[in-house]
Amino acid sequence: MASRIVMSKLSPTMEEGRVLKWVKQEGDPVESGDVVVEVETDKATMEVEAMGSGVLRKILVQEDATVPTGTTLGVVAAEDEDISAILEESRAVAPATVQATASVQGPATMEPSAPVVPSAAPSPAGDGGRLKASPLAKRMADERGIRLEALRGTGPGGRIIKRDIEAAASAGVPAAAATAPVIDYDIPYERVELSQLRKAIARNLIQSLGPIPHFFLTREIDMGEVLKLRGELNESLAESGAKIGVNDIIVKTAAQALSEHPDVNVSFAGDHIRRFTRVDVGIAVAVRDGLITPVLRDAASKGLRQISAESRELIARARNRKLAPEDYQGATFTISNLGMYGIDEFTAVINPPAATILAVGATQEKPVVVDGAVAIRPRMRVTLSCDHRAVDGAMGAEFLATFAEMLENPLRMVL
Amino acid sequence: MAKREGIKDSYDLVVIGAGPGGYVAAIRAAQLGMDVACVESESREGGLGGVCLNWGCIPTKAMLESANLARHIKDGAADHGIRVKGYELDIGAAVTRSRQISDRLTKGVKFLFDKNGVMPIFGRAKLPGGKKLEVQLKGGASSTISASNIIIATGSRPKTFPGFEFDGERVVSSREALEIRKPPGHIVIVGAGSIGMEFADIFNAFGANVTIVEILPQLLPLEDAEIAGVVERSFKKRGIKVKKKTGIKSLEKLDTKLLVTVEGASGEEVIECDTLLMAVGRTPNVEDLGLEAAGVKLDDDGWIAIDELGRTSAEGIYAIGDVAGMPMLAHKASHEGIVAVEQIAGLPTHPLAREDVPSCTYCHPEVASIGRTEGQAKEDGHQVKVGKFPFSANGRALAAGAPDGMVKIVADAQYGEVLGVQMVGHNVTELIAETGLGRALETTVHEIAATVHAHPTLSETVMEAALAALGRPIHI
Ligand SMILES: Cc1cc2nc3c(=O)[nH]c(=O)nc-3n(C[C@H](O)[C@H](O)[C@H](O)COP(=O)(O)OP(=O)(O)OC[C@H]3O[C@@H](n4cnc5c(N)ncnc54)[C@H](O)[C@@H]3O)c2cc1C
Repeated sequence: MASRIVMSKLSPTMEEGRVLKWVKQEGDPVESGDVVVEVETDKATMEVEAMGSGVLRKILVQEDATVPTGTTLGVVAAEDEDISAILEESRAVAPATVQATASVQGPATMEPSAPVVPSAAPSPAGDGGRLKASPLAKRMADERGIRLEALRGTGPGGRIIKRDIEAAASAGVPAAAATAPVIDYDIPYERVELSQLRKAIARNLIQSLGPIPHFFLTREIDMGEVLKLRGELNESLAESGAKIGVNDIIVKTAAQALSEHPDVNVSFAGDHIRRFTRVDVGIAVAVRDGLITPVLRDAASKGLRQISAESRELIARARNRKLAPEDYQGATFTISNLGMYGIDEFTAVINPPAATILAVGATQEKPVVVDGAVAIRPRMRVTLSCDHRAVDGAMGAEFLATFAEMLENPLRMVL
Repeated sequence: MAKREGIKDSYDLVVIGAGPGGYVAAIRAAQLGMDVACVESESREGGLGGVCLNWGCIPTKAMLESANLARHIKDGAADHGIRVKGYELDIGAAVTRSRQISDRLTKGVKFLFDKNGVMPIFGRAKLPGGKKLEVQLKGGASSTISASNIIIATGSRPKTFPGFEFDGERVVSSREALEIRKPPGHIVIVGAGSIGMEFADIFNAFGANVTIVEILPQLLPLEDAEIAGVVERSFKKRGIKVKKKTGIKSLEKLDTKLLVTVEGASGEEVIECDTLLMAVGRTPNVEDLGLEAAGVKLDDDGWIAIDELGRTSAEGIYAIGDVAGMPMLAHKASHEGIVAVEQIAGLPTHPLAREDVPSCTYCHPEVASIGRTEGQAKEDGHQVKVGKFPFSANGRALAAGAPDGMVKIVADAQYGEVLGVQMVGHNVTELIAETGLGRALETTVHEIAATVHAHPTLSETVMEAALAALGRPIHI
């Protein structure tokens, strides 16, 4: 029985994927479960396995091409099996949908930076997915920030033409998800194609900062006790080879504080608020061409040692682009630490579905007044961004107070 | 009721007129499986092809080629090292050649009708009301035919002014002018539109004295002023007299000559000539058609009123081509014919955008344009960038001995939309096609500039003009 290799939807946000590398070539024998092709999703690199055995009869989508989810990439079948029906059917959709990632454009032309086409609902102007628009329409849409995907073309063969853009502009069609109007200043520039990851970041952040009303709470915390604790812990762990970092303590502390303030461990869901009964902490990790937030599940119920081991492993996999979607989706809270870059304090953009994110600055020696005298203390500034629809100022402040108090008196955590 | 062999009682579609509007519509309808007849009143043998093939586009172009060759021999050949002595100009032979070309093409239309199964009916059609036609057949008999759909494509004819009525010999229209077999000593041409300009070129090349009289301040009044200026300079250099802002007052016909009184900026003047060509416009053939009986209304200017798909005020009756409004051009007629038929067949079609109809004049140097001129675009409220490129900086134009010319692209400053293109020079009537496709596809100057154009060709001037509109031409 012939089986297809498909660009599956590997995450809820995934709309398209790029074929990175065909591990098997046409004519190669394939066993069910063999890795046939590697694809790049919006967050990670994934291996796609064969669902049946036989021979890789046909590769339909070449390396480097980006296609919507659901596209058939190749066909595995017995050597002499008739696969013309499958090919016919796939061809009806596939070739038209293929878009080389590095779409060839003149230096001054601008392609919409929004994703090519949502897979589930093929664009009305798309003939099986390819977006048809006149050069003039593209230019106008680009400049006015209109999403071509949202339009229905009235030109020949459903092509989007100038009058469609004008109609859309007067009807107020929403601007491109990740594209603010691009103004063409006469400054020389290089065009850098968006990686899948960069596209996903743009999309997610606009979804966040756009509709989510952010507000920010900043507080300075004395880290003397934490540093002392870390030293002692690492000394006692020296034999085992384990090592606890300050960040691990911050994660643990935040999780603990959140479980004491469940009203901050929430998500705003339109007609209701979800108060999560588990604390899943996302840790923002900078990777080659963007950032990703692997999630440490149920952090409140885990010990420091486990948190440390798990986060080390997650961060390593994030850097190697080996995270599976379930590894980076659905944090209830996020920590973004730029301390190692010497940043004193900053504000972070909320990472949905969470309603809060904590931006952690560098721990620095500072003169402060302790018991009426000036002392030099290691101090750290943190800023909590809150989704005001779900979290109010006082709620956020109370959570921060608990968080600070725990860091300043680590023993309190044991209670 | 007498019936001619082969004519049926009813058709899916009957087209009235076999010009470039009607014959193209008939062929397209036959392709789509309709049972089609095309009625044509021209009594000459063959008779298909309308004004265009018989008395318009084609014979004038044939004559202009002859004129161009004459001019090359006279002025250009020696530069190429070809010295021609003792040649003679015989406009009669050139006319014979042009008639042969017309005949060949009209026979071609008959061949296409046969091939596609279009029934030609030779006779004059009239609409008695409803979806019926009464045809006065060639030879006297008449026939009534019913049709599910009717397309009126009866075209247009030359018009003139009172006091300047055509006599067919000395006061002529373009039709008679195409059969002048002895060059006039002095011909006055009234009207400097495409037709007047083309005949000025032809008669000048065959040795006649030519005077052009135009009431407006510019030759080719519908074209860009700078472009028209290039043609005017060239005409004057060749000895063609140009009287602009000059109107005709009266005509006196003497035995041996005509006295034409004109009035210009410097007052009245009497011009002596032997032939007067009236090229002052054309009027639609709407008379004796039974339009009222059929419920087909005219617009305020006297053309049959149609919508963008060619529908008239009467259900099932369409009108296309010269009878249905400006611009009176063969390609516009053909395009409308296809649109109307596809509309009848219920197919998706491509209504004519009048802005996208290219307009060409085939005198030398040639003129071609599409869309808006710089002035018109500004009136429309556009911020424009104009890119110009002269033929004098194009290798192919110099090789052809044709440095007089230019391409002008009027682009929208914000998006680079090609709002209009104007050209003058050698072969520009061929060059305009690229910009027509460009406009149909909504191409901007960015794409034209980024398109590889073969070198050396005149088409490079289009690319350079696009680059100029972007502020970065290479060769100027
Ligand atoms: C000198 C000259 C040069 C031209 N050069 C060009 C050019 O270079 N390029 C260009 O695009 N255009 C040119 N034109 C214009 C072009 O010829 C017309 O635009 C074109 O012919 C219009 O096509 P049509 O089908 O609408 O009508 P026509 O070509 O006028 O055809 C109408 C036909 O209908 C027939 N007819 C009329 N009434 C009836 C009736 N009651 N029953 C049956 N048949 C009837 C007529 O006999 C005629 O054959 C030129 C015109 C002239 C005069």
